[in-house]
Formats: sequence, C-alpha cells, structure tokens
Amino acid sequence: MKHLLSVRDLDRDTAVGILDLAEDMADVATRAVPKLPTLRGRTVANLFFEDSTRTRLSFEAAAKRLSADVITVSAKGSSVSKGESLKDTAQTIAAMGIDAVVLRHGASGAARVLADSHWIDAAVINAGDGTHEHPTQGLLDAYTMRKTLHGDAARGKSLDGVRVTIVGDILHSRVARSNVWLLQTLGASVHLVGPETLLPLGVDSWPVTRGTDLDAALAENPDVVMMLRVQSERMQAAFFPHEREYARQWGLDDARLARLAPHTMVMHPGPMNRGLEISSASADSARSVVLHQVANGVSIRMAVLYLVLSGSGAGA
Amino acid sequence: MAARTVLHQADITRALTRISHEILESNQGSSDLVLLGIPTRGVLLAQRIGAILDQLEPGSVAVGELDVTMYRDDLAGQPTRTPSPTRVPAGGIDGKTVVLVDDVLYSGRTIRAALDAINDLGRPRAVRLAVLVDRGHRELPIRADFVGKNLPTAVAERINVKLIETDGEDLVAIAEREATA
Repeated sequence: MKHLLSVRDLDRDTAVGILDLAEDMADVATRAVPKLPTLRGRTVANLFFEDSTRTRLSFEAAAKRLSADVITVSAKGSSVSKGESLKDTAQTIAAMGIDAVVLRHGASGAARVLADSHWIDAAVINAGDGTHEHPTQGLLDAYTMRKTLHGDAARGKSLDGVRVTIVGDILHSRVARSNVWLLQTLGASVHLVGPETLLPLGVDSWPVTRGTDLDAALAENPDVVMMLRVQSERMQAAFFPHEREYARQWGLDDARLARLAPHTMVMHPGPMNRGLEISSASADSARSVVLHQVANGVSIRMAVLYLVLSGSGAGA
Repeated sequence: MAARTVLHQADITRALTRISHEILESNQGSSDLVLLGIPTRGVLLAQRIGAILDQLEPGSVAVGELDVTMYRDDLAGQPTRTPSPTRVPAGGIDGKTVVLVDDVLYSGRTIRAALDAINDLGRPRAVRLAVLVDRGHRELPIRADFVGKNLPTAVAERINVKLIETDGEDLVAIAEREATA
C-alpha cells in the first residue's frame, strides 16, 4: 500500500487485514514496553491545515509507538497562515527528508492531489480532506464495532449483517462518507437519518437507506447508532431553524437513550457538542464507546503507518 | 524437481522427542519453562514439543507464539509482510526460561529479531533456542541449544519443512533453488 487516500481504494480482504493488524498493534499497548522498533529512522510529517486535536495526537502517538520521528506542522503558527500553498509547504518539509505525510486539509481531494502530483516522493495518508473522506476514522469506527461485537474473537471477521444508523450532519461529514463506503465493503448495512437540508445532493447513489425520523430509526433497534457533530464552522447557510429544535428532533437525548435496545452501541467521532447532537448522559453512558474509538484510533493508525512505510514499494 | 527428502515423519518425531528430553535435562525439569514458537511452523513445533513435555512432566510447561515481523531488519527491502499475533502465556516470561522454537536456523536474523521482541516483553531468566534444522550460513553470532538435525547446505539450496497441520505431511527436503522457481 503506497498511500491511504480513500476507503474506496480498499477491497474487503485489505480492509479486514488492516483491522486484524490493528489488533496486533493494540496488543503492543498492553506490554511492558509499548513500543516497536519497526519504523526506526523513518520520519512522518503531520501536515494539518485544519484544526484537530485527536487525529493529530493519535497519528503522533501511533508514529512514536512505531519508533518513527514525527514533525508536526499546523496551519496556525506556520507560514501557512502567511498564505503559503499546499505545494510549497509540502515541498518545504519534503526537502527536510520525510517518508510519509499525514495530511488534513479543508479542500476535498487535497490528499489525492498531493499523492498524484510529483511534488513529493513520500507516502500520503489522508487525515481528512474537506467534506470528502477521513479514512482512518472509518477504519477505527469499523474496528470499534467489530471489537465491541466480537471481543477477543474479532480477528478475521467482517461486519456482515451489522446494522448501523448514522445520524445528523451528513452533508458536511467526511466521517459519514468514509463510514458509508467502508461499512458497505465490510458487509454492514447503513441507514442515514438527518434533516433533509443536511443530506448531500448525491445521496441517492449511495449504498444506504435514509430517513428523517430519528425515533422511527431507533425503533428498528440498530446495532450501532453513530451521532455526527453538527459542523457549525462549515455552515454558511441556515440548515435548521434553531439548535434546540435540532436537538429535539435529531439529538440523542436521555429519553431516546433509555429506549435503545440493550445491545445498541453509541458512537461519536468527536469532538462532541454535548446537549446538541448528544446529551451528556448518552455520551457518558455504559453503551457509549466514544473513548474506545479514541484508543482504537492509535492502533488503526499504527497499522496504516506500518503498511504505507514498510515493503519495497515504500519510501524514497 | 531435484528435491531430496532428508527427514521423514518418524525422524521428525524422534528429533522432537530428543529435543524435549534435552530441554528437560538442561532445565533440570519443566519448572518455569516457556516455549515460544516463531510463526508459522515454529508455533506448530513448539506445540508438539509442549505436548511431549506435558506427557513427560504433566502440567507445567507453557506454550506461546512470538511474532518477530515488526523487529526484522529487512522490512524496507521486501514486499510488506503481514504480522501474526503474539500470544504470551498467562504467566508472562519474567524470570522464566524461554525456549524459542523455529523450524530452520539459517542467517540467524530471525532469532536476532526474536531476542529484541523478547526484550520488549519482559526479562526472562534465560533464553534458549531449539530448531528442527540447522542449515548453517550464519550471518550473526547466534547458535542453537537444541538441534533436530544439522544439515550442511549450499546457499543455492532451499530447505522445505512441511508439517501435517499446514501441509498435510511431515517432511524435510532439500531442493535446488532454481528447480523450484
């Protein structure tokens, strides 16, 4: 694997293989020395043109657990805020000698542009590009579902027959897109719920069912309820009348939490708007796997870094 | 195909039985003994030796698996290797005598990686090495403590180890590298 740009590049065996590899990586974290020497001497550059806490820290932790060196460049506090382009920033850090770029960018397709251009020779990992994709988030969500459903027997399994309901701001969500495509590859069925105004234009061509009534969707007892963040920073228009109306219609509040089937797990990619799309009680309940998602993210990113940086196809 | 069988099923069983006795003898019993097989066939051999030891001195030997992929020194030059799980027995390896088990000892680089991997798992009292076949051509100062068969080979030759669990038969054969291509 030379780059990871989109989950749509992954076939079923590859995707299951990444999840299995992440199981091995998770085992490392439980050991006396939670570190592997595998990527010693390799340098990973985190290039973040958009704000991020967990993804950036998660990639940093993953790279360090594999003994790689990490350079982090954030838009704030770098020459990006002076107007330097993606090309120039990438070439500047590439000139310092790097093996992989983890790119977060506000423009959809930025990671693909960087990978297909011949600006740099390094492997490119998409850490979120506009409203397009966030592949490692999709992978860690699939991993979390599989681990929660199957526990220690998860290895080798797909998500055949698992029913996932994704709720909220689908329009702006790269997390939703990566989940929809990856879950389809892994055999799960996806139901989207949200206000009509927050469903993207091309949603009819997606391999999903959809609705606008959250209570009806929850009455179907899905295995997974994934609440998406309302991305106010991307909303240039009025998509719903008022936050409180959104919370009442599409938020996972305490009453809806109480009605969930015993096996239903609650997911959220973070950061959470408590009281808007998810209530505090829901976020902190025993069925919430939000913190597992964060922990599993490190394992998934270790697996991905290993795959793009090892093997004869990798590196300069 | 110029493949020449050097060990048949009975030879392999005899070799593993002898190795088991030698392990017991050098360890003065089976107390605090942990067998760690190196995937894939080393794991199977470790399980077989573990079963023999269990007959000789029931209930005291622990068997696990040690994947060394992430510790190899040749990761960059080859196609991406898929790691196997590492399974350390419940008692851990601290203060134990660890016997690494592999099918073929060649350059010694796998064992070098295994020693590094063990170092990250804990601090055993001692680490020993048991192999079914030692074919020579070491590139590192590593030797086996328990050897099923010393098999002088040319670098151009290949050693094929087949075990019932993975290949349907127990067999060790020498083949010309060109002939198998």
